[in-house]
Amino acid sequence: MTITDQTRTTTAPILELDDIGKRYGNVHALRGVNIRVRKGEVTCVLGDNGAGKSTLIKIIAGLHDYTEGSMKLDGEETHFASPRVAQSSGIATVYQDLALAPLMSVWRNFFLGNEIRKGVGLDIDEMKKVAGEELTKMGIVIPDLDRPVSALSGGQRQVIAIARAIYFGANVVILDEPTAALGVKQSGVVLKYILKMRDAGLGVIFITHNPHHAYLVGNHFVILKLGRVVLDAHRDELTLEQLTGEMAGGQELAELSHELAGADPGKVVPPAPDGAADVVAPTLAADARAELLEEEQDESL
Amino acid sequence: MSTATPAVAGDDRVQARSSLSTYLGMPAVGAVIGAVAIAALFLVMAPAFRELGNIGTVMYQASTIGIMAVFVSLLMIGGEFDLSAGVAVVSSSLCAAHATWYFGLNVWMGVTIALVFSVAVGAFNGWLLQATKLPSFLVTLGSFFVLSGANLALTRIIAGGVSSNNISDMDGWSTAHAVFASTWQLGPIELKIPVIYWLILTGILSFVLLRTKYGNWIFAAGGDSAAARAVGVPVTATKVVLFMGVGFGAWLLGMHNLFEYNNVQSGAGVGYEFIYIIAAVIGGCLLTGGYGSVAGATVGALIYGMTNLGITYAGWDVDWLKTFMGVLLIGAVLVNQAVKRKAQA
Ligand SMILES: Nc1ncnc2c1ncn2[C@@H]1O[C@H](COP(=O)(O)OP(=O)(O)O)[C@@H](O)[C@H]1O
Ligand SMILES: [Mg+2]
Repeated sequence: MTITDQTRTTTAPILELDDIGKRYGNVHALRGVNIRVRKGEVTCVLGDNGAGKSTLIKIIAGLHDYTEGSMKLDGEETHFASPRVAQSSGIATVYQDLALAPLMSVWRNFFLGNEIRKGVGLDIDEMKKVAGEELTKMGIVIPDLDRPVSALSGGQRQVIAIARAIYFGANVVILDEPTAALGVKQSGVVLKYILKMRDAGLGVIFITHNPHHAYLVGNHFVILKLGRVVLDAHRDELTLEQLTGEMAGGQELAELSHELAGADPGKVVPPAPDGAADVVAPTLAADARAELLEEEQDESL
Repeated sequence: MSTATPAVAGDDRVQARSSLSTYLGMPAVGAVIGAVAIAALFLVMAPAFRELGNIGTVMYQASTIGIMAVFVSLLMIGGEFDLSAGVAVVSSSLCAAHATWYFGLNVWMGVTIALVFSVAVGAFNGWLLQATKLPSFLVTLGSFFVLSGANLALTRIIAGGVSSNNISDMDGWSTAHAVFASTWQLGPIELKIPVIYWLILTGILSFVLLRTKYGNWIFAAGGDSAAARAVGVPVTATKVVLFMGVGFGAWLLGMHNLFEYNNVQSGAGVGYEFIYIIAAVIGGCLLTGGYGSVAGATVGALIYGMTNLGITYAGWDVDWLKTFMGVLLIGAVLVNQAVKRKAQA
């Protein structure tokens, strides 16, 4: 056999999930999930809200233990006792809910759990320097690294979380919907970084519900639906159209387009005359409205 | 279509913060303003307050709160409370006194047993918090009552009354007295050893909080414990150690009280837990955790010391002390809030 195809590697997977399942009480959030993550590859996990994507990555990140099946890291069956243990095995994670401490400064958050020491104390100068450099590389400049992260925009916080995972990830980097809160340009930066991490030989798990983003960078695609894997395909077995169709659930999309067929999306409707619109919010009399405004003003003092 | 302005290095919407607002952003600033105001008030109102010799008395008063307040502030920054901190001081004294007297031990054995006991109580509080997932307010309310009951009951059983037996004639008393209750006369100022312990602890714990890995974990554990755990901070261990720190503070202060007075009242200590919390909050600690300062708590304790003696020196009734502290607490919280808003704007 000759290996001419650059998109398919034959190395042993760094991470293997066999029939993984997870229950939250009576919710069976994941069932019989099989996934292989290889170094130097981007594995995309797609699925609708509530499909179980975050649950899956929390198992890999050591935040939850799995209740069924087995997870092998480098061929060895593993149960991570805590995220700290997972990190020490070279697994870094960008959580969907970010995992930053709001009142702590940017540089303290960047190095949280991985502090650089000089003697017994922290090497603050070095930590600020590295944090500043890594963030600049990602295209955001934060002039005052002593600012609490709560004073930054959502996009800036997202970039801090990503920069941190990239800097500390040794084997596997997991990104849970990293582009969901970002604009087009920042999303582009994140996608480029995913490719850079792949080129550096890391195993990347990219979670998204955007098939376009996934198809731009992914080698391998897994679609989750109601906690089960409904598609597990390599890039050369699939086009973007097929991926998008599968994502939306081909049959459902067909039904939706049938329902909306007569809707005429280009139509513009003249505004409803006063009082004619069937709305729930009551219209206030002038004096009641004045009273309300006054109350609001008191509230905001 | 309009052309975009060329990209500049950096973000020109963000201006560098003035050094004043950086300074105002420090958690302890409200406490410092309060301390200056209180000092000014009593310098005017109470002639005795102006005497140099009374500095020693004020500092001593402050140290008996400050030794606990510095540990309590760390605990609060870590997001937890300890309502048992007040009686824990008395429990530690009683533990040393009873163990020494009942078993006829060297005083230093009793002191060591009390250290193990106090730190173990802290560890137990931390462990119970983790095991039950209950708020620390409830868990330590429980240990508060357990300890205060045990203080009374065991003292009745062992010493047959409401105070500990005299142990000043037992082996090791004089060296232990020297370590925990020495006094020096520096000119007109009487310097008591807990003042030195208090200031050393302030320095060490400030360093730990601001300049070590563990300090980073304290801020994170209090600011968002789920986030801290997710990025690999051992949150449970961090909090257990914080409770053990409070236990250590209770031991140190308890030993001072024991060797200073040689007589411990089994019903004492109740209510002091709130004074420690007040000192920490005046010093800038948020009740929700994740923010605060050790130096601030030390200034908070100093405010308590000044107020306590200032009221006496001014010839007012000491009964007003708590009322005064309550007003100070609310005032300090409002100042801290306003200053923080200003500094972040
Ligand atoms: N801590 C939890 N306790 C109970 N149910 C949960 C918990 N976390 C997630 N779930 C449930 O598990 C399912 C999968 O959630 P999640 O993994 O967050 O989905 P996704 O990330 O794909 O949107 C959902 O039905 C959700 O309600
Ligand atoms: Mg999710």
